[in-house]
Amino acid sequence: MKYSRLAITEKAIEILNQIKAKNGELIFHQSGGCCDGTAPMVFEKEDMYLDDSDILMGQLEGVNYYMSEDQYQYWKYTHLTIDVTPGRGSSFSLEIPLGVRFIIHSRLLSKEEDKALNE
Amino acid sequence: MSYTKPKFKEKYGNFINGKFVDPVSGEYFENNSPIDNTLIAKYARSGKEDVQNAVDAANAAKEDWGNTSAASRAALLNKVADIIEEHLEEFALVETCDNGKAIRETINADVPLSIDHWRYFAAVIRAEEGSATELDENTLSMNIKEPLGVIAQIIPWNFPLLMLSWKLPPALAAGNCVVLKPAEQTPSTATLLMEKIADVFPPGVINIIHGFGPEAGKPLASNPGVDKVAFTGETTTGQLIMQYASKNLNPVTMELGGKSPNIFFNSVMDEDDAFLDKAIEGAVLFAFNQGEVCTCPSRILVQEDIYDAFMEKVVARTKAINQTNPYDVNCMMGAQASNDQYEKILSYIKIGKEEGAKVLTGGDACKLDGDLANGFYIQPTILEGHNKMRVFQEEIFGPVVAVTKFKDEAEAIEIANDTLYGLGAGVWTRDAHQLYQIPRAIKAGRVWVNCYHAYPAHAPFGGYKKSGFGRENHLMMMNHYRQTKNMLISYDKNKLGFF
Repeated sequence: MKYSRLAITEKAIEILNQIKAKNGELIFHQSGGCCDGTAPMVFEKEDMYLDDSDILMGQLEGVNYYMSEDQYQYWKYTHLTIDVTPGRGSSFSLEIPLGVRFIIHSRLLSKEEDKALNE
Repeated sequence: MSYTKPKFKEKYGNFINGKFVDPVSGEYFENNSPIDNTLIAKYARSGKEDVQNAVDAANAAKEDWGNTSAASRAALLNKVADIIEEHLEEFALVETCDNGKAIRETINADVPLSIDHWRYFAAVIRAEEGSATELDENTLSMNIKEPLGVIAQIIPWNFPLLMLSWKLPPALAAGNCVVLKPAEQTPSTATLLMEKIADVFPPGVINIIHGFGPEAGKPLASNPGVDKVAFTGETTTGQLIMQYASKNLNPVTMELGGKSPNIFFNSVMDEDDAFLDKAIEGAVLFAFNQGEVCTCPSRILVQEDIYDAFMEKVVARTKAINQTNPYDVNCMMGAQASNDQYEKILSYIKIGKEEGAKVLTGGDACKLDGDLANGFYIQPTILEGHNKMRVFQEEIFGPVVAVTKFKDEAEAIEIANDTLYGLGAGVWTRDAHQLYQIPRAIKAGRVWVNCYHAYPAHAPFGGYKKSGFGRENHLMMMNHYRQTKNMLISYDKNKLGFF
């Protein structure tokens, strides 16, 4: 596929690889809501029960990136770049003990991207 | 007048079985203050074994604690309230240091409200009763409320002491033992409370575990020795906790945030009086607690014929927010709780601008001088746009409000309900019909009518839709921490006659 909804920074890849080395296969799930929400969370592949209500947004370094469908309806016009920043979170996301959090930078899809991905 | 950073010990362990203990691994993590990004203290980095020790202690204590009289439990809850009240300023100062919020809020809101929650549940268990029904002349059905046993509670960092005080007192009042995990960003007031009340409860009744979500939170939420999990946080972790609870067939309660609409009908501007002044403050309450409130009124909906005049006043009032040292009693809005929160909020302001939202005020970080230059400050920001934008749909958890206009009641309700969430809402009007009909039409668990951000212990609070389920505060919270023993008693001497 020529266009993607997702990208990841070098720094984030480094952290992702560290987690992979320790925990094996992973998934990303985009959270919504309170406190530590609206952030990408990374879990061991089998940890979270996924079904048709979780939309596969794409794959980053072999890691599937999911978002719940109703949230996706508002997000599908944006492109997401996964990055890391120093910080803490109280979710179960696996990067937290490393003293960093995954965060997303968003931008609107270009006309071409929107056409290719959403039509 | 300004306070200064309080003194802390070098490190704090977990509070298990009535005393402070080192984590099994011996590891601690550093906790910084978001005010100036300097170290507060080190806290226990707990793992599975620590969680197990806490759950074991709670299980060992639950039988005796569950059999104490309501009167004696109430007395202990009142004692905690008295102790917090006696040290009100100390708790407020530690909370401001750990969370970054303005000292005027911790002194006047966080700590006094916390105290009142302890007292409320102490009072509730003295006044409430079970029930008995005579089903027929010889049969009595008696309902006895029994504690669940051991409760796991995972609380957020936005109101550390208050969220603890929403969760602990009803669970304890109902006769349960608790293992509570504070957010790792804000472990300090929970620790201070345990120092002050270490001897109040029998060992094992309250246990506090510090540490990271994947290392301590997950083993707690999935622990088979726990009988119920109460969680405040976001949707993905909420889903995971429900998943773990399903393995143990445990009940859960979830409070998962929102995107609350604050609706202003044109009648608010019929007079230039105290009520209009109150309504404008009501709109600016998006900046309360730096916007880090699950019920943050983060969408302002204004009727179109008053839109310009009303928003002019709201923008002026927002610009008057004094951002300075959070220890200063004149500070009106403090620091965001952490760096990642700060970064996330800025990234939302950016996407809002890209989506075409117009910045009416703010729109950037707030640079403070001196030691505060390393803290995490953001300007209160008003973005004008439409309800389909991401800044209207996602909880930013910062001092960022999205504002739009509506034509009539029908459109106000449509926009208000066009969200995944349903935690809070505000309705402002002088029209007697709207005062009742609009709140009834909004799908949210708490609708503030001509007020906002009030959290009395005596009013139930909780979400519709993706904001979760279960109610906190109020007597009804007690029932989320209990089960019903039905005793069906026959006073009939005669047999059924079947056998």
